[in-house]
Amino acid sequence: MSRELLVVQRARKSFQTGKTKPLENRIQQLKSLLLFITERRSDITDAVKRDLGKSALGTELFETLGLEGEINLAIEKLAEWAAPRPVEKSLLTISDEVYIQPEPLGVVLIIGTWNYPWALTLQPLVGAIAAGNAAVIKPSEVSSHSAKVMEELLPQYLDKDLYPVVTGGVLETQELLKQRFDHIFYTGSSGVGKLVMAAAAPHLTPVTLELGGKSPCYIDKNCDIPVACRRITWGKFVNCGQTCIAPDFILCEPSIQSRVVEEIKKCIKEFYTDNPETFEDYGRIINQQHFKRLMALMEGSTVAVGGTSDESQCYIAPTVLKDVTGESKVMKEEIFGPLLPIITVSGVDEAIQFMNEREKALVIYVFSHDNKLIKRVIAETSSGALLANDCLVHYTVSALPFGGVGNSGMGCYHGRHSFDQLSHLRSCLIKQLKMEGVNSMRYPPHTAKKLGWARFFLVKRVNVSRLRRLALLATLAGVAAFVVQVKELKCPSSVPRAVKGFALISAVFYVTRL
Amino acid sequence: METQSQVVARLRSAFGSGVTIPVAFRLNQLSELMSMITDNEEQILVALHKDLGKPKFEAIMSEVDIVVNELHHAIANLSSWIQPDYVSKNLATKLDDCFVRREALGVVLIIGPWNYPLHLLLLPLVSAIAAGNCAAIKPSEVSAHTDQLMAELIPKYLSQDCYTVVRGGAEETTTLLLNRFDHIFYTGSQTVARIILQAAAVHLTPVTLELGGKCPCFIYGRVNIAAAARRLAWSKFFNAGQSCVAPDYVLCSPATRDALLPELRQTLEEFYSRDPQTSPDLSRIVSARHWTRLMALLKRSAGEVVLGGESDQQDKYIAPTVLVGVAEDDALMAEEIFGPILPIITVESLEDGIAFINRQEKPLALYVFSDEAAVVNTVLEKTSSGGFCSNDGIIHMCLPTLPFGGVGASGFGSYHGRWGFETFSHRRAVMLRGWTLERLNGLRYPPYREDKLSWLRWTMSAKSSCSIM
Repeated sequence: MSRELLVVQRARKSFQTGKTKPLENRIQQLKSLLLFITERRSDITDAVKRDLGKSALGTELFETLGLEGEINLAIEKLAEWAAPRPVEKSLLTISDEVYIQPEPLGVVLIIGTWNYPWALTLQPLVGAIAAGNAAVIKPSEVSSHSAKVMEELLPQYLDKDLYPVVTGGVLETQELLKQRFDHIFYTGSSGVGKLVMAAAAPHLTPVTLELGGKSPCYIDKNCDIPVACRRITWGKFVNCGQTCIAPDFILCEPSIQSRVVEEIKKCIKEFYTDNPETFEDYGRIINQQHFKRLMALMEGSTVAVGGTSDESQCYIAPTVLKDVTGESKVMKEEIFGPLLPIITVSGVDEAIQFMNEREKALVIYVFSHDNKLIKRVIAETSSGALLANDCLVHYTVSALPFGGVGNSGMGCYHGRHSFDQLSHLRSCLIKQLKMEGVNSMRYPPHTAKKLGWARFFLVKRVNVSRLRRLALLATLAGVAAFVVQVKELKCPSSVPRAVKGFALISAVFYVTRL
Repeated sequence: METQSQVVARLRSAFGSGVTIPVAFRLNQLSELMSMITDNEEQILVALHKDLGKPKFEAIMSEVDIVVNELHHAIANLSSWIQPDYVSKNLATKLDDCFVRREALGVVLIIGPWNYPLHLLLLPLVSAIAAGNCAAIKPSEVSAHTDQLMAELIPKYLSQDCYTVVRGGAEETTTLLLNRFDHIFYTGSQTVARIILQAAAVHLTPVTLELGGKCPCFIYGRVNIAAAARRLAWSKFFNAGQSCVAPDYVLCSPATRDALLPELRQTLEEFYSRDPQTSPDLSRIVSARHWTRLMALLKRSAGEVVLGGESDQQDKYIAPTVLVGVAEDDALMAEEIFGPILPIITVESLEDGIAFINRQEKPLALYVFSDEAAVVNTVLEKTSSGGFCSNDGIIHMCLPTLPFGGVGASGFGSYHGRWGFETFSHRRAVMLRGWTLERLNGLRYPPYREDKLSWLRWTMSAKSSCSIM
């Protein structure tokens, strides 16, 4: 019996005891998770420094800050999210209870990734815990220091049986994928995404795939180029370009290419000093394999900025490539590194065409002052998300669903979306055995008359809630009128009865907020 | 004669032209679909009768009217469904526009089953059209007359470029799945669902699976047994039990079973007369193969037939049949019955019943009959299922405001009404930032500093935004 099988069995058994159902228990675990992040901050930032060369503040900004926000949001909103959700009724179900009840799915598998090893592994976990599931957590072995720290420390804060951490490489992941889960949440590449989905097929397990792609960035020639370039430079070189929503390449008109190059060069210097290699807030490529991959991608393209590297350190300078074409090596796959190609196009028409000829990306960036142009790009393209005039920050709005479409993935999360994604929304109709007479029209033997009635009741669309409100209002008006009359008899005053009555009804109306 | 790849290419080209995006086009196509059904109601009823011996009443209620209802609902609500949702923001993004847009996915594939061949094929199509997609429509070849009718009628009413019927059997469906779609909507069995998921994984195509399962009907506690028997019988023997949400088996105490049986006998007589084969209100089994499957199940069962049991192979008829003395490992419990055979299994307590249910796979629907609210609530809380209905059967799926779908082995995803619209849409997050406040952005640029981080924390927290503005 493999370790993976045992871990999953234990998690399932633990789930079946029902201990994840009470909201207090889930909140307790979420609070513990928050404590873990705050108490063990230095262990976390240390691990990320070793994995990606990221500074402590950088890790806080890009990993733990968002996580803390998500946990706090889940704790605050859990009761609201988990409550039954009533829906509009039909005439036939007018006296019944009709609602949607969010329920846990069971045991969820979360496969994390290496570029933001904490945020991208633990944020789905927040949703899993909030929704009342057990979760097997598989951190990426590529960010090995973070995986080790997670394996050692997380069990000290979270329920060991419900939320086990399973480390390992490809073999261990394959073994895990043989087990049956109630949902698999995978963040990573499209290639592996297909394998995960195929592995889930025999168990009929639903999956959420947060994949990547080449996120295009179109710069309108008439926009504020210095500001645009600042935001793009920041978005691109954060984490050395190893961000699924990093602007992968730039599309702009030839007339502004030199300007764009100049501005980006200026920003690189401003952010990362003249010598990014020695600068604390500039990171490293995750490993040799990716370093080599990136160096090979540069082949055949003209370096406009940067281009230097140091293999022993897995360091690649913030690099801009110009006059790149759709056939260049660097355009063949998602870059996921600090190389920023610029491809010239004749205008937004060609840019849209260029984007639509390729797989749907996780995000499309557009920099323009022209709202019409932005609206055109929105209407004529498809992508996970679209962000105008900045990079990355849509990630921070938890009310926005974060996810891909087509090759960039399926499903979404963040905030309430995480909760919904990892819940089963169960339709509930609570009827009584009374009023059996009403049902007789649907029973055989069938007659034309019964059919007529049945068609009326089942098909007729009635605004039930408005009916109820009107009925209620009428009743209250009647009561108010009566009360006013009684009062009038007891204590007459100079104020006309009608006005008092009106005031009373208005007060009742306001109070009950019909 | 177009090949399948040519069909898909043509649909993709039509989608690329943008013709399905304007609301006016979608509303027009939905109206055309409505006309298709209302103009040809007679022909539809005839086809359904030839395929399943479906009584006119059932065909109208569960096939024609339900699709018409859904069409009315979609037409009335489409303009509100496509409105973008503006979302709440944090302080850092307060001046920006943040909203979620519903966008069409592209070319979708809808595979229908044979038991409600019109309803389960066209209801997803309504949502697919409403969401602005093009669609390849694959009716089930098992319900051959409806299959033929759909192939004739759909091109007469709907845009042939955007919505095409693709016909064939297992082989043709397998090759069809080699093509790339932007969503696959499948209603049917678990076995085929696995094949579909494998095929979808190749293209990273999202899938909705509407499968089945053994829907338990738990009768417990104080209960108006006469009313329960009537509702149970109606929902079980509707379409001769060939409904994915039919109560598959009954769980109850021995005493309840003893009270239930005479009520069932009386109800069945009332519904279908002493000789159900002569009643025009009882459907037939769809095919010889399924008739044989059901008869074999009956034969292998160790239970005792107490009601019904008659059959006629030529007529593909099986009488409404009830068995007692059925154990958990009986042949009738090994697969979804999908026929007019109702096993009654006895349990000693509420906990036993719940444990029994939880030992099986999660079903598409779960039914509880009881006058005791505590019983209903306990079962609801301690089990899981696609949908749940107390004191009735099937009827919960007639409400377009409730999502209809499974969980676990009964499937994933959902549809009906707005839920269908969402299923066939991509929810795209859109954020339009302003050009001002670049200074505020300075907080996030390197070099990173502790004080910058503190400020950022404050601006990003949602709470701070509520108190300031």
